[in-house]
Formats: sequence, C-alpha cells, structure tokens
Amino acid sequence: MLQPNPYEGKLIVVEGIDGSGKSTQIDLLNKWLQPIGRDVYFSEWNSSELVKSTTRVGKKTRSLTPTTFSLIHATDFAERWENIILPLLKAGVIVLADRYAFTAFARDVARGVDPIWVRNLYSFAFQPDIAFYFNIPLDVAVGRILASRAKIKYYEAGSDLGLSNDKVTSFRLFQGRIMEEYEKMISEFGFTVIDGNLPLQVKQREMRDIVTQKIL
Amino acid sequence: MKKVEFYESGFPYANIGELPGKLIVLEGNDGVGRSTQIEMLRQWLEEQGYGVSNTGLARSPLTQPGLDAAKAGHTIGRLTMNLFYATDFADRLENNIIPALSAGFYVLSDRYFFSIIARNVVRGADPNWARKVYGFALKPDIIFYLRADVPTLVRRVLKGRGFDYWESGMDVRFADNLYDSFCKYQGKLIGQFDQMAEEFGFVIIDANRSVEDIFSELKERTRELIDKG
Repeated sequence: MLQPNPYEGKLIVVEGIDGSGKSTQIDLLNKWLQPIGRDVYFSEWNSSELVKSTTRVGKKTRSLTPTTFSLIHATDFAERWENIILPLLKAGVIVLADRYAFTAFARDVARGVDPIWVRNLYSFAFQPDIAFYFNIPLDVAVGRILASRAKIKYYEAGSDLGLSNDKVTSFRLFQGRIMEEYEKMISEFGFTVIDGNLPLQVKQREMRDIVTQKIL
Repeated sequence: MKKVEFYESGFPYANIGELPGKLIVLEGNDGVGRSTQIEMLRQWLEEQGYGVSNTGLARSPLTQPGLDAAKAGHTIGRLTMNLFYATDFADRLENNIIPALSAGFYVLSDRYFFSIIARNVVRGADPNWARKVYGFALKPDIIFYLRADVPTLVRRVLKGRGFDYWESGMDVRFADNLYDSFCKYQGKLIGQFDQMAEEFGFVIIDANRSVEDIFSELKERTRELIDKG
C-alpha cells in the first residue's frame, strides 16, 4: 500500500516489461499535455546524477547483488523524489514518470528479494493518480528488444541470476518472471491496464481519454 | 556453531551455509573511542591466533565516491542518505563480512546499522521504516555499546581531531555554534542508542572510564563469547 497523493500536482506513471511500448506512449502524452498549457515534468527511472557514479561502478564491476541492486535503485528514486518529484507535486505540476516503484517491486522480487521488504523501501512514495500498465505478450516484447538492440546488457538480461548461459534465453526467462510480478500488482495497486496489442495511436487515444477524465 | 540469523528476511536468494567466524560490533557515539578499542581488540585476538577482519561504515568501494560527493554538496535528503548508507552496508555485508565469517574470521565492525538508524531518526526519519530497511542484516554474535556522557565525548573529540560538521549535526543546526549543536545532537543519539540497547540486546560498556578499563571489560566479554563456542 502506498499513501495517497495529498497535493495539487498529479502523478502519472507508465509500467511494463522492456519492449512493452510504455516510453513511446508517455512521450506522446508529454507532447500532448505541454501545448495545451499544462505544467508538466518528465522523470525517468535510474536518472539521478548523484547516484549515477555508484550504479556505474556496480554494473561495471558486476558486484551488485539483488539486495544492493534494489537499494541503489531505491536511493536513485529517493533522490529524485526528495529533490524533484515531491516538490513539483507540492507546486501543482503534473509529473510523468517512465517507470516507478512498481518496476522495483517487479524486478527486484524477480531477482529474489523479499516482496514485503522492497515495498517498505518505497513506502514514502505516493500511489500515482494514474498507473498505466502495458500488458503485452512476452514474445512480442522480447522480439522488439532483440530487434532494436545490438546487445543485451548483463543486468538487463538478469545474467546475475544464472538462469541460463545464453543471454537471450536468460533475458526471456527474466522478463517472464518480471511479468508475473506485474500481473500480481494489477489489483494490488489498481493499475490501469492498456492492451499492448492495440495499434499505437489507439493506445494513445485511450490514455488521453483516461487522463482527461481523471485529471484535467 | 549457532544458526545463521537475520533480523527479518535476510537474503532469500542466497544460500548461506554455516558461518564459523564471529561478528563483533562496537557501537556508540562519535568520539567514544571505538576505533582505539577495535585496534586493541584486533591485536589481542590475533595474539590468541584468530584471523581478524575489520569493517566500518561507508567503506564500500561501491558507494564511497557517491557518498563523498553527496556529503560535500550537502544537498542530499534524509531518505536518500539513509538508502545510500543502506546500500553501502548491504554491499559490505554480502561481499565482505559474510565471506569473512564463512572463512572463519572474527569480524570487528566499527558501528553497524544501529548508528545509521540513530542518526536518521534524530533527523526525523520514521523509526519503523528505518528498522525494516535493515531487515536483511545478519544478527551479530555480540554488540558492544560504548556508552559515554556528552562531557566525556566533548573532551575526547576536542583533544583529538576537533568538532566535525556532521558529527555536530550542523546539517540540522541544533544550535548556532558547533559546541552546543554537538552536545544536543550527541545527546539525542545517546537517547536513540539507549532505546535500542534493550530492543537489540546491546552489551553496555561504561565508556567514561580509561581506555585500559574499557578494554579489559571488552576483552573479558569477548573471551566469554569465544568460550561459548
């Protein structure tokens, strides 16, 4: 359970496995809200300048364990939360987040940390006003990522878990586990599910309708 | 050999077997003399033929550069700081302390997560949240709490390296000068440690006494721990 947002600003997040199309959609949402005169801020997962050096060292030396992986991402989030997201919500801004605490709940639990422990780490964060979840068949998402990237990175593929020596197989298995965690959260956190199979423009229209109804 | 125990969930993904070493923690305020005692304890243990490994807060190669930058800029919030320290702590626990214990070393830890909680709660963090963050932590074999009064701390700090910005709690400005802020801040930390003493079963050592007196009690208690096996 996350606490409700008591401020005038609004928080909209997109979640889903890699290749589910969420980044494209939130970008379009941003491009729609700005010209209609809404004060909007876009925040990306894993983007705190302060924490960057640590994440880089950990990934490069492959010394991150599931626990430190989880903690470093929580630190990154906390830094953005305390210094950017929370002040903007207080100031009445619409904050768009590409990935949110739910990414940690899905990914870190897929890595083996305790679900209750990781939920406590983020318990200072608010329940978003809208949490879009992009539901897409695993094979479609994995296919997209494989087609668009020259290389899957070590932690991205979940190689630290030793699921398979083959990176692509490991990636697929890991994404599958993450997806199972997301599915459990649909009711737990009241996700607004977007059918990832719909055409891109149809998904965007649906999202804009929901935002109009709930927020504008 | 006793069973490996964690405060809460520990590391559910890791298969941690037996840990023949012992984890000895020294907790207490800034200037209470922890590092001096750890050095003496280390020498004594080595003389007895035990392998000793030292650890302390913010020493992980992973988080040190980030933590230093954060402290230098003074723009770090309390949640961020707490989680940064938790990352450092977890990194050392999994990558140094547990491997050392598993190889049979006596690990002397200069502070554990209790200091981090105390500092953060004094700065307004939710005590319950902070404790749960460290649910992965291994239960030490013994936790010594070196307890000294504020005047003793002042004397030791001033005869040593002098007041430090963070140790005086100047980031929260308990007063407009270092001395008063140090006294208030350290007093509040003592309050937190006292609360935790019962909760976590600290062995309280009166640290208002001389270095030798403190050490002889530490040695005595450590010997008991060794004899227990």
